[in-house]
Amino acid sequence: MHSHAKPLPVRAPFWTPGVLVLTAFMVAGAAFILARFVGGLEAVTNLDQTHPWGIWIGIDVATGVALAAGGFTTAALAHVFGRRFYEPVVRPALLTAMLGYTLVPIALLIDIGRSWAIWHPIIYWQGNSVLFEVAMCVVIYTHVLYLEFIPIVMERFKGRINLPGPLGALNGVAESLLGLADRTLSKIMWIFVLAGVVLSCMHQSGLGSLMLIAPSKIHPLWYTPILPLLFLTSAIAVGFPMVIFEYTLASSSLPLKDETDLMASLSRYTAVLLGIYLALKLGDMVVRGTYAHLLEGTAQSNAFLVELLLGGIVPWLMLLSPRVRRSRRGLFAAACFIIGGVVLNRLNVFLVGYRAPHAQTSYFPSVGEIAVTAGLIAALMFLYRLLVTYLPILSPHGAEASREVIS
Amino acid sequence: MNRHRRDFLKTAGAVATLPLLASSARGSDAPPAGKESFGCLVDLTLCVGCRKCEEACNRINALPEPPEPFDDPFVLDRRRQLQPTEFTVVNRFHTGRLDERNRAIPVFVKTQCMHCLKPACVSACIVGALQRRNDGAVFYDVSKCIGCRYCMIACPFQVPKYEYADPVTPRVRKCTFCADVISREGGKPACAAICPVEALTFGRRDKLLELARQRIRSDPGRYIDRIYGEHEVGGTGWLYLSGEPFEKLGFLDLPSRPVPQLTEAIQHGLFSFMWAPLTLFGILGGAMWLTRSGSHLKEDD
Ligand code: SF4
Ligand code: SF4
Ligand code: SF4
Repeated sequence: MHSHAKPLPVRAPFWTPGVLVLTAFMVAGAAFILARFVGGLEAVTNLDQTHPWGIWIGIDVATGVALAAGGFTTAALAHVFGRRFYEPVVRPALLTAMLGYTLVPIALLIDIGRSWAIWHPIIYWQGNSVLFEVAMCVVIYTHVLYLEFIPIVMERFKGRINLPGPLGALNGVAESLLGLADRTLSKIMWIFVLAGVVLSCMHQSGLGSLMLIAPSKIHPLWYTPILPLLFLTSAIAVGFPMVIFEYTLASSSLPLKDETDLMASLSRYTAVLLGIYLALKLGDMVVRGTYAHLLEGTAQSNAFLVELLLGGIVPWLMLLSPRVRRSRRGLFAAACFIIGGVVLNRLNVFLVGYRAPHAQTSYFPSVGEIAVTAGLIAALMFLYRLLVTYLPILSPHGAEASREVIS
Repeated sequence: MNRHRRDFLKTAGAVATLPLLASSARGSDAPPAGKESFGCLVDLTLCVGCRKCEEACNRINALPEPPEPFDDPFVLDRRRQLQPTEFTVVNRFHTGRLDERNRAIPVFVKTQCMHCLKPACVSACIVGALQRRNDGAVFYDVSKCIGCRYCMIACPFQVPKYEYADPVTPRVRKCTFCADVISREGGKPACAAICPVEALTFGRRDKLLELARQRIRSDPGRYIDRIYGEHEVGGTGWLYLSGEPFEKLGFLDLPSRPVPQLTEAIQHGLFSFMWAPLTLFGILGGAMWLTRSGSHLKEDD
């Protein structure tokens, strides 16, 4: 038996004040989504003829996908490289990834002009288009995530099926079907685990290739042929910090087992992974000589400096110190810096660094755009909260007892 | 042999389904700038700024009536951009050159889609709604478009425009090169056909380049020695001759490398026959097998 910890549904009341706040954000977002489908993008967004993409692409899609990287990095660590010690973080990370990837197509439905045609890429293949590759990988990977999630749902219902009324006669049938599905799935699950990691590498780097189609528009500080590699390495580097971030947040409002030791060992990997990303980024800057732009004093050069220093070098130095790594607070702070750095990087590449010719204005998101993005993030947190309350995902307090019995 | 190892071998065949994407990822080669490829030569030294081309374009594309009539000369100075409802605009530039009576000499510049030979918009479009036809027209098929606006990100000239106010069926809008007309024998784009001073010459691109070089040779004082569009972003269907430096007339300084070159090299380099993803799958699979069997051996002890 491999599992060291036994994840269980969290027995805590669902409708807390926090959840009510989330609901308020979701309602506000929904109102603006409605306005978008009545008045068009023009009614709600600040997009214009020279700025075709805003935060719905820059945050909801590009950043969302990067921050959902915890799903494939923990799966790779625990299930591909066999570090079963990290098992307790796999499920929560899988859940966040699944929710994150579910929201991406929803964000796209809102952003693209012809939402009803969103399925077209499935029949009109265009292999030269980076966007096509990214879209296909994201679609397939989202389904892989659902498949990986099924066993968690089955675990909840196995042996407990109790259909209402006359359907009760079917309980036995349903139960054996569930058992069969469970056995089949567990035999072939390794394929999906591997495919998930491969697909993630493909579309995380693919997102970096997206803006390479505009060499004359993207600021040279970000336009580099290794942008796909930088996107991939930064996504891998932000995976564990996201796990630390979510765990710290979740455990501050839910009665969870203390996993600070586990987080501390996770962060050692992050120090290495972030180091690799920073080395590539700095090396690229030296090779291409773009450091000449560093002190331009423009919005672009300032944004780049903040991204590199606060979002990269500072947290990397923090993680080098064992004292920071062992402290819950230090870890959380470092994770926040890294996440902020990746968020800023995606915003920089997609929005700040994009300088359209003939642009008479610059882009800043409208209230409606911000409200929709905030609403989607709130929806994600809402669903997370809902699912951990009813499904065996986290390891609550007192789970230690059952854990001892098992191991 | 333990259970996991057997499963691994049994199901390895299923991996063969992954290359499904392979054929799509290989893509087609960019269309050649073939002999039958048409272009249009704009001679800025001839244009008088009458805006007849704007009017003809408006009519042939059934665009809505503009707020100012086409004979209003004042709009010329406003540095207008292309719009979803204006596929071509003419702007007036003053570069500081004076005539013999000390009056500033204006230069009128018509802009529209350049109909690139290696169009970034075509390479970018997620569904292939934009295509470069063999006759040189970069053509938009609204029935495929999903409205992602990646073409607007990609176009180096910022040409494609979008109907943001339409909630359900917005379109990308840009000059069509009058594709319906030029596909007919002897057909000319509406703007080129109407131009009263023959500032617009429609024809085969290779012939137009010859004509342009000939004009420069025969009157070197009138022209600067450069044909805009001959090399820019790998060559464009629309070409410009000018008497003044192009930089002073709002033209972008673009490299001669085709815009989609890098992304297409990356896409095809990584995804031809899906070799990179499959290799990664294999390596990770190997790692998984090793660590799994290792832990099992320990437990079996
Ligand atoms: S000018 Fe822009 S829209 Fe026109 S063909 Fe070239 S890339 Fe496409
Ligand atoms: S907006 Fe339409 S034409 Fe432009 S890239 Fe997207 S699908 Fe293609
Ligand atoms: S070629 Fe046709 S669509 Fe393009 S500017 Fe001329 S008239 Fe308008």
